[in-house]
Amino acid sequence: MATSPVTPVEEYQSLLGVLPGQDLAWLRDLRDGALRRFSDRGYPTPRDEAWKYTNIAPLLKQSFIPSFSVEQPHKVLPTDIATSLFADADMPLAVFVDGAFNSALSNLSALPPGVELRSLREVLDHDGASLESLLVGMTPQEPHGFIELNTAFMFDGACVRIAPDTVAERPLHLLYVSSGAGQPVASYLRNLMIAGRGSRAAVIEHYVSLGDAAALCNVATHCMIEPGAALEHYKLNEEGAGAHHFAGLYVEQARDSRYVSHNVAVGGRMIRNDLRCVLAGEGAECVLNGLYLGRGREHIDNQTSVEHRVPHCSSREWYKGVLDGRARGVFSGHVMVRQDAQKTDAQQMNNNLLLSDEAEVDTRPQLEIYADDVKCSHGSTVGQLNPDVLFYLRARGIDEIQARRLLVTAFAQDVVGRMAIAPVREWAERLITARLAR
Amino acid sequence: MILTPWDVRKIMGETSRNLEHLIDREYKAGFVTDVEQEIFPPGLSEDIVRQISAKKGEPEFMLEWRLQAYRHWLTMSEPRWAHVNYSPVDYQSISYFSQPKQDKDRPKSLDEVDPRLIETYEKLGIPLREQEMLAGVAVDAVFDSVSIATTYRGKLAELGIIFCSFSEAVREHPELVRKYLGTVVPPGDNFFASLNSAVFSDGSFVYVPPGVRCPMELSTYFRINAANTGQFERTLIIADEGAYVSYLEGCTAPMRDENQLHAAVVELVALDNAQIKYSTVQNWYPGDENGRGGIYNFVTKRGLCRGINSHISWTQVETGSAITWKYPSVVLQGDNAVGEFYSVALVNNYQQADTGTKMSHVGRNTRSTIISKGVSAGHGQNTYRGLVKVLAGAEGARNYTECDSLLFGDRCGAHTFPYIEVKNRAAQVEHEATTSRISDDQLFYCMQRGLSREDAISMIVNGFCKQVFKKLPMEFAVEAQKLLGISLEGAVG
Amino acid sequence: MSITAAKALRIRNLHASVGDKRILNGIDLEIRPGEVHAIMGPNGSGKSTLAQILAGRDLYGITADEFSYGGKDLLAMKPEERAREGIFLAFQYPVEIPGVSTVTLLKESLNAIRRHRGEAELDAMDFLTIVKRKLALVEMREEFLYRSVNESFSGGEKKRNEILQMAVLEPRLAILDETDSGLDIDALKLLADGVAKLRGPDRSFIVITHYQRLLEYIVPDHVHILAAGQIVKSGGRELALEIEHQGYAWLEREPGSAGRPLAAS
Repeated sequence: MATSPVTPVEEYQSLLGVLPGQDLAWLRDLRDGALRRFSDRGYPTPRDEAWKYTNIAPLLKQSFIPSFSVEQPHKVLPTDIATSLFADADMPLAVFVDGAFNSALSNLSALPPGVELRSLREVLDHDGASLESLLVGMTPQEPHGFIELNTAFMFDGACVRIAPDTVAERPLHLLYVSSGAGQPVASYLRNLMIAGRGSRAAVIEHYVSLGDAAALCNVATHCMIEPGAALEHYKLNEEGAGAHHFAGLYVEQARDSRYVSHNVAVGGRMIRNDLRCVLAGEGAECVLNGLYLGRGREHIDNQTSVEHRVPHCSSREWYKGVLDGRARGVFSGHVMVRQDAQKTDAQQMNNNLLLSDEAEVDTRPQLEIYADDVKCSHGSTVGQLNPDVLFYLRARGIDEIQARRLLVTAFAQDVVGRMAIAPVREWAERLITARLAR
Repeated sequence: MILTPWDVRKIMGETSRNLEHLIDREYKAGFVTDVEQEIFPPGLSEDIVRQISAKKGEPEFMLEWRLQAYRHWLTMSEPRWAHVNYSPVDYQSISYFSQPKQDKDRPKSLDEVDPRLIETYEKLGIPLREQEMLAGVAVDAVFDSVSIATTYRGKLAELGIIFCSFSEAVREHPELVRKYLGTVVPPGDNFFASLNSAVFSDGSFVYVPPGVRCPMELSTYFRINAANTGQFERTLIIADEGAYVSYLEGCTAPMRDENQLHAAVVELVALDNAQIKYSTVQNWYPGDENGRGGIYNFVTKRGLCRGINSHISWTQVETGSAITWKYPSVVLQGDNAVGEFYSVALVNNYQQADTGTKMSHVGRNTRSTIISKGVSAGHGQNTYRGLVKVLAGAEGARNYTECDSLLFGDRCGAHTFPYIEVKNRAAQVEHEATTSRISDDQLFYCMQRGLSREDAISMIVNGFCKQVFKKLPMEFAVEAQKLLGISLEGAVG
Repeated sequence: MSITAAKALRIRNLHASVGDKRILNGIDLEIRPGEVHAIMGPNGSGKSTLAQILAGRDLYGITADEFSYGGKDLLAMKPEERAREGIFLAFQYPVEIPGVSTVTLLKESLNAIRRHRGEAELDAMDFLTIVKRKLALVEMREEFLYRSVNESFSGGEKKRNEILQMAVLEPRLAILDETDSGLDIDALKLLADGVAKLRGPDRSFIVITHYQRLLEYIVPDHVHILAAGQIVKSGGRELALEIEHQGYAWLEREPGSAGRPLAAS
């Protein structure tokens, strides 16, 4: 941050009064602690094992001002976001513009019974005590600089509670819009999702930009999956060419719960997801389903980890990447099986397609196993489209672009097929096709 | 009905159970040989490096090379990234040179070798004298820091093959040493390689001239005998254009309560159309059942496929050492070069192994295969760590990796940390890994056929490792299977 | 009693359960040397459990007034001891053992049994001669010997491999657990031939099957119908034919049968 005009620490001190939850001493302590650790350790560098393939040094030369310090926020109109909505007019919608909840654009009238959705900022200002144990408890192990800054600066986000035994028919659509107006801004979002005992719900976290201006989004999402609950969680990144996105996703699962993550990254200059899922109750099950499509100079880095703490849990992880242009895809999948976690069933697979000569993939599947009665496997492949198949299709009269599109769609098909919500599936299919049209 | 020798070999080669060996629970190589030793006082300094070089009568270039490595080493710190835990090594408490006292610089024939040393090797099952007479394996034996005897030299010399101790190569073939030493593992490569470059005392040297196929397996047995000494041998093998050589390495050490350091460097160079097969059965003292004592085996092994169509394969069976840190690697520089790594690593009691390979694809159409089998028992921790790197120019590169782990008991660990970096789209890389334990169904099936539980386990483990054993020369394969049985003792039941 | 002498299997009031689930509810069965017994019954009646228990599988809680082979208490014997005493189970679902070839398994197995009997171990030559002869008997190609046990074998090949092992090990009491399922008619005849060649005054067989088809080739001395963990009817060859005509549904109406309704086969 040498060339940056102000350090995060100075920034924080000047903005203290703007952040929500002013009355909460514990929150002040939390923010202070995170900032102190940040000033000790700073941003991660490629010397940190988890950042070996993602160098943020060039990013640090740009300056972003915190979104909440912008005096006159840009006004976003319903027409601006119309193309970002799914083909389901009744889907409850919460819109955040440059890191702050926007009630005018949101439509929560169709919120199903038993589902509560509030702005984090509002909760912190009026009802903050209810979040103390959650927020204090969610500090991840070995947090890196971005997470620390997120804790220090968290300003707004979605607070979702699914009441016990609720079956939410419709998914919630959380739309995070980067307006791209004025100076480049940094948004600090914190989402909390609590799936109550025995409930079933789906939530879509969806990040979009209005244009290709530089922006930085720093988001942390925490999911608590209570006993017997099932949560299907989508995280969709389709931001502009100037977007830098750093996300931490922390999931804790109680007994017999089921968590399904669909993580799709199809746009943004740099996307980094840290996904950590802890299977803390027997019989819990998680599915991590991911797709990353990079082109141009995009850099997409997914660091996932699944920790089996107790016996009889299962995890499935399928990540697929397609890299074109000068894009770089990074995947790390860590599966940890603790000594007590007998009868663990863990599988992981990462497949990558390189479409151009300058694209690059770095993949690290990892197994760390301390229990013996387990079934664990991982696999990883890197390759190109089969030239024989490509030729075959062309010999049947299909032009090269169309043939490639067909094959890439086929490659991504199983990942897309795992998404239960039809409008999201259609969205993904459309994007894959659009991305390959050149 | 006609029985072919092939049938018999097939059966004999697979026979895994060997009661004598299974019953024998001790580390067989744990004795100490009582010979008069010349030992340097503990400690490391420029002066010690100079003394080692002087002791060996080395030319000036060699001393300079050592000193550069030493100065570089001083600036480095010990690597900490491996998945192993051990108390820090005090490099000043180790003696960097130890040799059995002898009148002359070096025996000219086996008759001049101290009979007690010959006896030592015979106890280890390496009868140098017989080896010299029987057709088969040529042996170079390294006892503590110095090479004791090299057999079969005459026959090899007729073919122009040089197989001698490293010290001798430095004196007799300085031009070859100078040309190739450090070209694969530079003196500043890593902490342990730098240390080795500064203080290495001996090792083996092989040069196979163009077009020559070495007619026998070349073999070195390493033995650490003296207390408080480190062993720092250096091996350099060059296969010139169109040459072929298969090299075997075996290691043992006495049982001692303190840990001993072994930091070797092995460099292989294969020129156009040359092939080198390097096989290791590593059985350094692993420490006792409480994790006391044992060898720290911190080794740098790397092969350079420099020429087109060159081929290097590493096969290792690692059952010994308290801690193993080694990644026999191949740099695939020449077009169409082939690199292979076949490994069995077994940890029991408190052993820790962090081992694997690096395959760097530089040339076009280069191919690599990695087969790693890890067996963990007791409190052992076994890690596969590997890097497959495909550079932008490595058009058509292929890699296939398979890592399987087998666990016995709930106190051990099996970890798989591969790194895959691909910068060429016409490359194809595949990695697969599994972790499991022997299933109760498999055990019951074998026991229903009359096998004891122990024999069933031994048979299934050998089956698990078969892909690797198949790559070992016959004599070694049998040895390796027995070792596996012994090393698993007490872990099963 | 000498080890090689003919032996009888005696089972009185055998109960077996897994957790709370009762699988066998008081089996009485006596098999004398030279006899062939067929055990038939619908799915889930406990046939395979009985086979597994005879071979020493330790998944079950077992009680019995008597459970002996050749006068020895089976419950005190480990699976390998039972195998060495001559009990052979042809598994319904033979396992795969990667890297261990059939020839290796057989050699280890045969020599373990020979040592137990106080006979000399066979050297590789003698052993292979025997195995190759048996191989011809079951019409298996030699390459099967060198492939890993059952790995990527078809269902039929796995069953042939079981027959081969039985032929090589020459057991005193062979239990064929639905060995006929998945076999075509030719393989079925091979199985029957294999059994016929072994059949003799000091060997006995338990043939577990769902269908009576196999019993046309291996003619049993006794047929038992197992339902809900009990032998509900015993008889001669004709009982199997009755099943053939009527299926298992009649069991429900039979007085004294276990009360639970059974699905017709």
